[in-house]
Amino acid sequence: MSIKKSPWIIHYDCSSCNGCDIEMLACLTPMYDLERFGIVNTGNPKHADVFIVTGTVNTQNIPVVKQIYNQMPNPKVVIAVGICAATGGIFRGCYNVVGGLDHVIPVDMYVPGCAARPEAIIDGIMKSIDILAEKQAALDEGVVPEEICGGYIYEGEHDEHGTLITDEDADAAEEEQDVGATPDQEEQE
Amino acid sequence: MGKSTIIPFGPQHPVLPEPIHLDLVLEDEKVVEAIPQIGYVHRGLEKLVEKKEWPEMVFVIERVCGICSFGHGWGYCMSVEGNLGVEVPPRAQYLRTIWHELSRIQSHLLWLGLIADAFGFESLFMHSWRLRETAVEIFEDTTGARTTFSVCKVGGLRRDIENEKLAEIVKKLRDKEAELRELTSVFLDDNSVKKRLVGIGALTKEDVIELGAVGPVARASGVSNDVRLDGHGVYNELGFEPCVEEEGDSYARCKVRVREIFQSIDLIERAVAAIPDGDIAIEIKGVHPAGEFLARLEQPRGEAYYYTKGSGEKFLERVRVRTPSNANVPALVKMLQGCDLADVPILTLTIDPCISCVER
Amino acid sequence: MNIETHPADALLALAQDTKADGWRLGQVCATTIGDSVEMLYTFEKNNELKSYKFMLNAEAPELQSVTATYPYAFIYENEIHDLFGVKFKNLAVDYEGTFFRIAEKTPWNPSAAKGGEN
Repeated sequence: MSIKKSPWIIHYDCSSCNGCDIEMLACLTPMYDLERFGIVNTGNPKHADVFIVTGTVNTQNIPVVKQIYNQMPNPKVVIAVGICAATGGIFRGCYNVVGGLDHVIPVDMYVPGCAARPEAIIDGIMKSIDILAEKQAALDEGVVPEEICGGYIYEGEHDEHGTLITDEDADAAEEEQDVGATPDQEEQE
Repeated sequence: MGKSTIIPFGPQHPVLPEPIHLDLVLEDEKVVEAIPQIGYVHRGLEKLVEKKEWPEMVFVIERVCGICSFGHGWGYCMSVEGNLGVEVPPRAQYLRTIWHELSRIQSHLLWLGLIADAFGFESLFMHSWRLRETAVEIFEDTTGARTTFSVCKVGGLRRDIENEKLAEIVKKLRDKEAELRELTSVFLDDNSVKKRLVGIGALTKEDVIELGAVGPVARASGVSNDVRLDGHGVYNELGFEPCVEEEGDSYARCKVRVREIFQSIDLIERAVAAIPDGDIAIEIKGVHPAGEFLARLEQPRGEAYYYTKGSGEKFLERVRVRTPSNANVPALVKMLQGCDLADVPILTLTIDPCISCVER
Repeated sequence: MNIETHPADALLALAQDTKADGWRLGQVCATTIGDSVEMLYTFEKNNELKSYKFMLNAEAPELQSVTATYPYAFIYENEIHDLFGVKFKNLAVDYEGTFFRIAEKTPWNPSAAKGGEN
């Protein structure tokens, strides 16, 4: 599987405190050096296989996240880095915080930590590459992309500024996610 | 004169580590106006004060920003301590100063890396971040965490650093000094780097005063604006003098930050030589902040305000953080007027913008 | 802490005086206390601070903008407009409520949103 040898990542900072972002960048620098795994950081969603998101989701950045996700070609995997991206973390309950990333797009991997340590981020990316390869294999067998990569799941509507019009019932999706693997992945195992 | 066009810049842009959106009004390749648009990182964390008790609130305030996290924690603690009228033991003041200066070294090296990336020197970015790990390793060694390390609490500190370890820290920093000189000489002496920084985005002393800029942006234009002069922590005892440059361009801002890295190493060495033994915290029991207090602190990016207002309850009525990036946005807008489109990334970075600080 | 309380209509004159005297606007802070919004303007000169406090009615808070004297106050004033619903008259750079663009109107001062603001 060639996709395993050189997955490209794109990073977007939702409303993170920068802690996870600088650790994400530290992963790419000589001390941790993600590039030794063939991983390249790109700014263009259409070049990317792995979508890394740090920070909680708010109504302002939901359209941005959706747009990046939809522009990425299949197969693709999504990693929520840090506890904020997983559940909202310490900011859960703030008036401008919707919650974890899984309110907006399907998440394949959760990396815990506040801030997530570079070792944990690297581990998360390496594990997600296996999921990426599985998705590639399924696509090769003719499975419809929607079934494995899905569309976005957030239903709120936005005005022309990207501001949410209706109040989304955030509680419905607020069930706790196990940090580490998603239910999908457990089924596959 | 060409037709005017509006180009959206950000929120997701390769040069930006954080989402900020600028509407750039262009005439041909010249920017005539830049309109910042924020809200991508706004969490409303100051309002958590209604849900978290004041001793817990320090964890939230530390997460205003992960880069200058220690300073935010310190500023909040200073404000609540002022509110309660308590004095922190001298050893805690010294240790806070040491950690704060380490944060400054870390933050300035991070910035050098980002600006190198913005002007197109990826290997310089890599080397800056490699050396930045020196400071981050010291954080990990002394606190157990790399970025948000929560050692400050109201009344003092949660952790001490043994005197032997303090000596090791100074040695570690001095050992890296030669490498740091080599790295920073590329920023200051290399011809092609100079071509991309000298004269770009120049602000005069009057501009800076008129725009209310703070921190390295102000100091690069000859304004000696530095809260460390008012002697918070132990800066008075250490004999602090601000680094001031006169030119006011991107190069001067780079030079101020480079000089401050070495100054911080000196300050740490002097603090380690003078640190007294003793307690690192005082116990605060049975009282709640009942007044209002405004504390000030010099963050790596400049002057920050921490306002707390209590009513004698365990929940404060208001916490407000005025961060340095907030004060520097008007300077950025001014710099962008009339610049070349190709200079926008560099100019955006020269104020060292911290968007999560601006929006909180 | 050096704080003086003044009536809201004194703000502009005070701002002009402090500016002429060489003070820099440090920060502007709003706090909702019961049915009023408390505005705190802090000025700095040679590492000295002084603050002026103004009390506004929380249901229809209104104040003169100081942007004519301190142009960079537009950041604080737009922020306070979006979060507290305070209306600033003669604001030099007015985002008209689109600075923060949050889903909830004036989260820090719900009574201003009810009063038909924005």
